[in-house]
Amino acid sequence: METTVKKYTFKDFSSDQEVRWCPGCDDYVILRSMQKALPEMNVKKEDVVFISGIGCSSRFPYYMNTYGMHSIHGRAPGIASGVKLANPALSVWIITGDGDAMAIGGNHFIHVLRRNIDLNIVLFNNEIYGLTKGQFSPTSLVGQKTKSSPYGNTQPPFSPGELALGAQARFFARIGGNNPKEMSTIFVESHKFKGTSLIEVLQNCVIFNDGCFKNVTDKEVKEDQQIYLEHGKPMIFGKEKDKGLVLNGLKLEVVTIGENGITQEDLLVHNAKEEDPTLHQMLVRMKYPVATGIIRSFDDVTLEERMNDLTAQVKENSNFKKTDDLFFSGETYEVK
Amino acid sequence: MNTAKIKEQPEVLEAVIIRFVGDSGDGMQLTGTQFSDTSAMFGNDIATFPNYPSEIRAPQGSLYGVSGFQVHIGSVEISTPGDEVDLLVAMNPAGLKTNLHAVKPGHTIIVDTDAFTKKNLEKAQYESNPLEDDSLENYRIIEVSMTSLTKEALKGVEGLDNKSITRSKNMFALGMVYWMYDRSTEHTEDFFNKKFKSKPHVIEANTRVLKAGYNYANTLELIPNSYTISPAKMSSGTYRIIMGNTATAWGFLAAAEKSGLELFLGSYPITPATDILHELVKHKHFGVKAFQAEDEIAGIASAIGASFAGDLAITTTSGPGLALKGEALGLAMMIELPLVVVNVQRGGPSTGLPTKTEQSDLLQAMYGRNGESPVIVIAASTPADCFDFAYQACKLALEHMTPVILLTDGYIANGSAPWKVKSVAEMPEIKNNLVIEVKENWHPYDRNEETLARNWAVPGTAGLEHRVGGLEKDKVTGNVSYVPENHEYMTNIRAEKVQRVQNYIPNIETEFAETGDLLVVGWGGTYGSLHTAVKQINEQGYKKIGLAHFNYINPLPKNTKEVLSRFKKVLVCELNNGQFSKVLSSNFSGIELLQFNKVQGLPFGNGELIQKFKQIVA
Ligand code: SF4
Repeated sequence: METTVKKYTFKDFSSDQEVRWCPGCDDYVILRSMQKALPEMNVKKEDVVFISGIGCSSRFPYYMNTYGMHSIHGRAPGIASGVKLANPALSVWIITGDGDAMAIGGNHFIHVLRRNIDLNIVLFNNEIYGLTKGQFSPTSLVGQKTKSSPYGNTQPPFSPGELALGAQARFFARIGGNNPKEMSTIFVESHKFKGTSLIEVLQNCVIFNDGCFKNVTDKEVKEDQQIYLEHGKPMIFGKEKDKGLVLNGLKLEVVTIGENGITQEDLLVHNAKEEDPTLHQMLVRMKYPVATGIIRSFDDVTLEERMNDLTAQVKENSNFKKTDDLFFSGETYEVK
Repeated sequence: MNTAKIKEQPEVLEAVIIRFVGDSGDGMQLTGTQFSDTSAMFGNDIATFPNYPSEIRAPQGSLYGVSGFQVHIGSVEISTPGDEVDLLVAMNPAGLKTNLHAVKPGHTIIVDTDAFTKKNLEKAQYESNPLEDDSLENYRIIEVSMTSLTKEALKGVEGLDNKSITRSKNMFALGMVYWMYDRSTEHTEDFFNKKFKSKPHVIEANTRVLKAGYNYANTLELIPNSYTISPAKMSSGTYRIIMGNTATAWGFLAAAEKSGLELFLGSYPITPATDILHELVKHKHFGVKAFQAEDEIAGIASAIGASFAGDLAITTTSGPGLALKGEALGLAMMIELPLVVVNVQRGGPSTGLPTKTEQSDLLQAMYGRNGESPVIVIAASTPADCFDFAYQACKLALEHMTPVILLTDGYIANGSAPWKVKSVAEMPEIKNNLVIEVKENWHPYDRNEETLARNWAVPGTAGLEHRVGGLEKDKVTGNVSYVPENHEYMTNIRAEKVQRVQNYIPNIETEFAETGDLLVVGWGGTYGSLHTAVKQINEQGYKKIGLAHFNYINPLPKNTKEVLSRFKKVLVCELNNGQFSKVLSSNFSGIELLQFNKVQGLPFGNGELIQKFKQIVA
C-alpha cells in the first residue's frame, strides 16, 4: 500500500561527501538524475538502499544520503538480494558497471535477473575499466585499443540487454548518459515496477574511452540515431519524426513515412509488457537506430512474493509456533 | 507381544558396538537408527555414525556401494561411535569384505547366507566363499538364511510384491539383534504403526518379519546367550537423539527466537554441510528465510545483505566454500556486521575427501582473508553441543558486531547422540546493538565502551541513514578515510574488539587432572575420542594425565597459558598437521608443545591415542 510521504527535493538525497568523479564524467548526470527521481517515487528516504560493487560507478552510494553499502567486486546483487529478502519494504538499488556486472559478477548478474526479486539495477556501461585505469571490459569492442589490449581487443563483447533478456529479465531499459530527464523518468518507472529491473546507461568515460557512444548519443545525432521507445506508442524516430520501424520477415527494418506509401499506421507499436521477448530481443540488438527507453517491462510474480506466500501457508498449517514445540516434538524420551 | 520363550538370565555388558552393513538398498540406516533409538529410550547412552557410499546410486552388491551404520550403546558414558565392533551384521559379501577389519577378533558376525551367491561374491571380489573357506575362523559366524526366512514369514500377507518382501529382511536382522541384546521390539512396532498408517499390510509385514527374526534368534542354538546393557546414569530430563547438523540448525532457531530477530540463511549445497540447509528450509513456520544462492559467494553476500538489513544472518559451508567466501567475510569484518559462518570441515585440500572428517581448516578460519582481519572462531565438540555453539556463535556475533566462524566437522555433523532437550527459556539472554532511535550526534561507528561493538542501524530507521563499505573508515564518522594513523587505529580497534571477547567466554578447565605429567590438548570434534582415551588411561592407573579441550579458539580463554603450564608435558592432538599447535605457540612462547597428528580422513582411534599417551609418560 502506497502512502503519501514527505515531499523531498533532490537536496535531501545528496550526502555531505565530495563527489570525486572526473570532471565531465557522465556519472554526475546519473547521480543528479537519481537524486531528482527519488522525490518522485513516494518513498521514504530511510527506506532507500543503494548497494554497489567496485568500480568508478560503485562510489555512487557514498554520494547518496540514504542507506548504502559499497561492497566488493561483482557481489552487489547477492548483498542486495539479502537486504530485500530481509526487509521487502525497502527500495533497493544496485549500482554497477560493465566489468562489475558482467565480468567478475557475471554469475550473480544472470541469477538475480532470473529470480526476479524486486530490485533495481543501474548498469553504467562505459565499455572500459575506469578505476583500474583503462583495460578492456566485457563490453569493449573487438579491435578496441586499451591499456591491456595495445594492439586491439580480441575478445568479442556482450550486449548487456541481450544477456539480460537471455537471463529472463522482466524489465530492461537503456538510456544515453546525457539524457537526464528521460533517465529520471526511467528510474521512477523502474522503482514502480515489481521485479528486477535493469537500466543500462550508455555512460561516457571522458578519460579512458571518450566518445565511445558519440555516434549514438551526441546532441546532433541522437534523434536520428536513437529510437526512444514508449509503451503503446508507434516506433517513430528521427529529427523530423519521419522514420519508423516495421517488421520485414524476421528482421526489423527502418522505413520513411511518406515513402513507398508508408504511413504511421504501418509502423510497429511498442508493447513493453509482452511476455514473449522475441521482439524485445530484436530491439535490443538493433544497431541503427539504437533502441532506448523502456524496452521490456513484463509483470511477473516476484521471488519475495512466492517466498512470503509459501511461508504464510506453512505457518497456517503448522503446529509449530515456538521452537520449543519443535524441540519437544516427536521422538523424545524421559530419563528419570 | 513377543511369543519368545522365557530366556535365561542375559549376561550384563557395560557397552557394545554394533555395525549394520549392506547394500545401499538394504535399509541399514533405518535398521541402525531403530536399534539406537530403542536403546536410547531404554536408557542407554549412545553414539552413532552413518557411513554412506560416496556414489549416489552405486551398482548393487559392489564394494563401493556398501552402506553402514554403527551404534555404540552403554550403561556407562558413551562419547564416540567407537572403533572396533563387537557385532557385525553383514547383509551381503561386499559388506562383509569392506567391514571385516573393524570386527574385534573372536567376536560375532551375522551374515545373510542367501546373499552369498556366486554373482554377489564376484562383485565383492571374493575368489572363494568366505563362509566356506577358513578365512573367518577367528570370528564367531552366525549364518542365517535371512532372505528365505523373511519370505517364509511373509507367506499369506496380501499386497506385497517380491521386491518389498526381500527388502524387509533388514527387519529380520533387527529382530535378531533385539533378542541378542535383550531389547523389546515395541518401539520399532510403534514406528511402523505411525510411519505406515495408511498401509496396514506394510505394518503387518514389517512387524511379522521383525518378530520372526526375534523368535528365530531365541530358538537358534548358534546364539547361546543374550546380553543386556543396563541404563546409563544420565541426568534426568527430556532427551532426544540428535544429529550434529540438526543440532546446529536448531541452535540457530533458538538464537533467532531468543534475540527476537528473523533468521536468514544464505547457502550453497556442499558436503557435509548441506543438511543444515535441508533442516532450516523446513522451518518456514518460524519465519526462517532460507535462500539457496547461485554459489558460495552469493550465499555469504546475501547473508551480509540480510545482516545489514537487521536479520540474524547465517551462511553454511565446508572447506572449499569457506575459501570462496573469504573476500566477503573480510567485508563483513570490515563493516563490522554480525554474521555466523559455519564450516563443517571435511578432508582437504581442494576437493579432498568430501565425505571424510578432518580439522584442517583451522588456519583458514583464523587467517584466510586479505589484510588484518581477525574474526571470532569457535568450535563445537559433540553432535549435541553443536546446538550450544551454534547458539553461542549467534550471541557473540550480535553482541560484539563481528563475523563468527563456527567450526564443526563431518564426524560430529553426521554423528548422533542423546541431547537433553533445552527450552529456549533456559538459554542465556542475547543482547544486540540495534539503534532504533535517533540520537544526537550519532555516528555509525560509535562503539560500546566495553565490547567495542559498533552501532547497528538498519535501513528503515529514519534519521540514521549512513553508508558502509570495504574502504577504510574514519574512526568517528565512518566516512572513507585514507589517513594513515586512522587506518592503524581502526585495524587495532577491530582486533581489540575480537580480543575483548575473552571477557565474555569461560575459562578453560581440565578434566581428570588439574596438574601432572601430561596434558592432552584437543579442540572441536575430537572431544569424544580424547575424552574416552584419557579417561581410560586414568582408569589404567596413570593418574596424572589431564585433558584440556578447547571450544574457543579466537580469542583463546584467558587462562590458557596458565593451564598449559601446570603440566610437565603438553600433547596437542588434532586431525591435521598441527594447526592448533601453531595457534598456541604463536600466542604463548616458552611452552613446548608435543604433537599427535592424524590426516587420514578418520577420527582418532582409541588404541592409537592410549599408545601415544603411554609412550610419552613412560
Ligand atoms: S575514469 Fe571514466 S568512468 Fe571513471 S570517473 Fe573518470 S571519467 Fe568517469
